[in-house]
Amino acid sequence: MILVFCELKDGKLRKPSTEALSEGRRLADAAGKPLGALFVGASTAGSADAAKYGADAVFTVEAPHLASYSSDAFAAAIAGAVQAKGATVLLGAASAMGKDALPRAAARLGAGYAGDVTALAMVDGKLQATRPVYAGKAFATTAFTSAVQVATTRPNVFAAAEKAGAGATEALEAPAGDFKAIVKEILAKGTGKPDLTEADVIVAGGRGMKSGENFALLEALADALGGVVGASRAAVDAGWGLSHGIQVGQTGKVVSPTLYIACGISGAIQHIAGMSSSKYIVAINKDPEAPIFKLANYGIVGDLFEVVPELTKAAQAMGIGVH
Amino acid sequence: MKILVALKQVPDTETKVKVAADGKSLDPADVKWITSTYDEYALEEALRLKESKGAEVTVVSLGGDSVKDVLRNALALGADAAVLLKSDASDPLAVATALAAYAKDKGFDLIFAGNKGMGGDNASVGPMLAELLGIAQANVVVKFEVTDAGFRAEREIEGGTEVVEGALPAVITAQKGLNEPRYASLKGIMAAKKKTIEEVEATAPAGATAVIALVLPAARPEGRKLDGDAAAQAAALLNALKDEAKVF
Ligand SMILES: Cc1cc2nc3c(=O)[nH]c(=O)nc-3n(C[C@H](O)[C@H](O)[C@H](O)COP(=O)(O)OP(=O)(O)OC[C@H]3O[C@@H](n4cnc5c(N)ncnc54)[C@H](O)[C@@H]3O)c2cc1C
Ligand SMILES: Nc1ncnc2c1ncn2[C@@H]1O[C@H](COP(=O)(O)O)[C@@H](O)[C@H]1O
Repeated sequence: MILVFCELKDGKLRKPSTEALSEGRRLADAAGKPLGALFVGASTAGSADAAKYGADAVFTVEAPHLASYSSDAFAAAIAGAVQAKGATVLLGAASAMGKDALPRAAARLGAGYAGDVTALAMVDGKLQATRPVYAGKAFATTAFTSAVQVATTRPNVFAAAEKAGAGATEALEAPAGDFKAIVKEILAKGTGKPDLTEADVIVAGGRGMKSGENFALLEALADALGGVVGASRAAVDAGWGLSHGIQVGQTGKVVSPTLYIACGISGAIQHIAGMSSSKYIVAINKDPEAPIFKLANYGIVGDLFEVVPELTKAAQAMGIGVH
Repeated sequence: MKILVALKQVPDTETKVKVAADGKSLDPADVKWITSTYDEYALEEALRLKESKGAEVTVVSLGGDSVKDVLRNALALGADAAVLLKSDASDPLAVATALAAYAKDKGFDLIFAGNKGMGGDNASVGPMLAELLGIAQANVVVKFEVTDAGFRAEREIEGGTEVVEGALPAVITAQKGLNEPRYASLKGIMAAKKKTIEEVEATAPAGATAVIALVLPAARPEGRKLDGDAAAQAAALLNALKDEAKVF
């Protein structure tokens, strides 16, 4: 069986989980194996939706003490499900939770792990994973020798495809509640906007923005395009009040949106590492020699303080937004 | 308090990646090797705990003789002891197993690591190590404190941070923002030259994974520049995104 660890938010399947499930379905078809979806929590209401993405079976590990995320408890629950169902491939989204729990579950299973993968295949009955290394400067293909193979799928890379599955549900036993660590509180900014790693459109600003206040220009453009704002390290480190959570690059987030608009960003190798797998790249820079233009599908040589407001105005007028 | 910091030697971030003749590894020619950036935050956090609470800080790196540079640098920054675990393992599970075998029974209260080792970008040795030792973990940590009950850590999640509380011992993996690493002083560098690096044969199992191919990304298609004044450029861009790229 191919088992996919899935996450719910407010009773809904998270998008990165639908992507992992869809890829799991594709691999299951290729290998002639069934696909299972696994949910862990105090309530797993909403888990039935996994059947829409091809799950043959939906497994739930439900207990009141699983209301808050705990790395060790979740890893135990996930590894337990793999063993109970004899799954040989375990997938999950490379989300904050997936990247925390799945390597731990892999170690529990004595299984190899490939994180943040961008392509998967079944070769001779075993998983093979392709993943960006050197922050996207190269791609490595990983083969497994372990009996169980574990991987997390990078958000926004695998297409979510609806495909009806039987979705027979089964409750599995929950691990005991003697956690070593547990989440006590979530300090979210509550913007309601997607995380950079999951966004379709990113409008990013660099040192050329000159101040933190000027990022309001990028917020306005991002709002008009249905996107979110990112930043270069130079901007984040400039003391403009930008959070490291929006930094793109080798020491920030590695993103693959449909559209990446770089405003006042020169295109240093460490920045490019984090965004070069974007589908379309637009560069707005007053220096025609800026290296970012080598990467850009569309380049605008000009003053961002003139171009960005024009773009916002035009986008609003055209009623544009990503479908 | 006893603290262990795991340090990985990685190619400098300026490295232009070239694939070696074997088709599956990095061509090491012209590569400058550094301590993985996140590991610098990990070490800094340990040194700050040493200063504020009193702690003995041991640094460990698994690899060949060359990783002594990383260890020597950590000694110059203020680590008390350094251990070279000799091994050519690169699979994260094998590395974590070797680190766990070393750390087991040595009474470390805290193990700091980077949230990912730059280059391999596995982001898995930390949580694997925690599981193999059967202890708590907090990953991608931007704020950390030792409390009466154990530890409190803030870690980065989608769109914010979450607070993790747990018991010691624990594995904590560092993220940028946790602290601002110090520079080595001349005095520290001189003192480090006199300290010894303990060398231990690692007990690493065969890897559970192996890289079988390394390729460079496909070149991006040639782009084009949009002409005119700002308003004309803006209109041309939106039209191109809509009609050519079909983004909207
Ligand atoms: C270990 C390490 C890790 C790093 N990790 C990262 C990382 O994760 N992410 C990252 O981004 N960087 C990272 N860096 C830093 C990187 O090397 C660069 O310093 C940084 O990306 C530069 O940011 P920038 O492009 O915003 O600034 P600059 O390079 O200063 O570029 C500013 C650009 O703005 C343009 N500009 C100025 N005014 C205007 C205007 N009015 N209109 C239009 N254009 C204008 C200029 O022409 C220039 O091209 C790292 C560096 C190191 C050593
Ligand atoms: N060879 C190694 N020696 C010591 N520590 C390592 C080694 N490999 C990984 N680590 C530690 O584990 C962290 C995560 O690495 P990785 O899982 O490879 O991305 C690194 O930042 C180091 O702290």
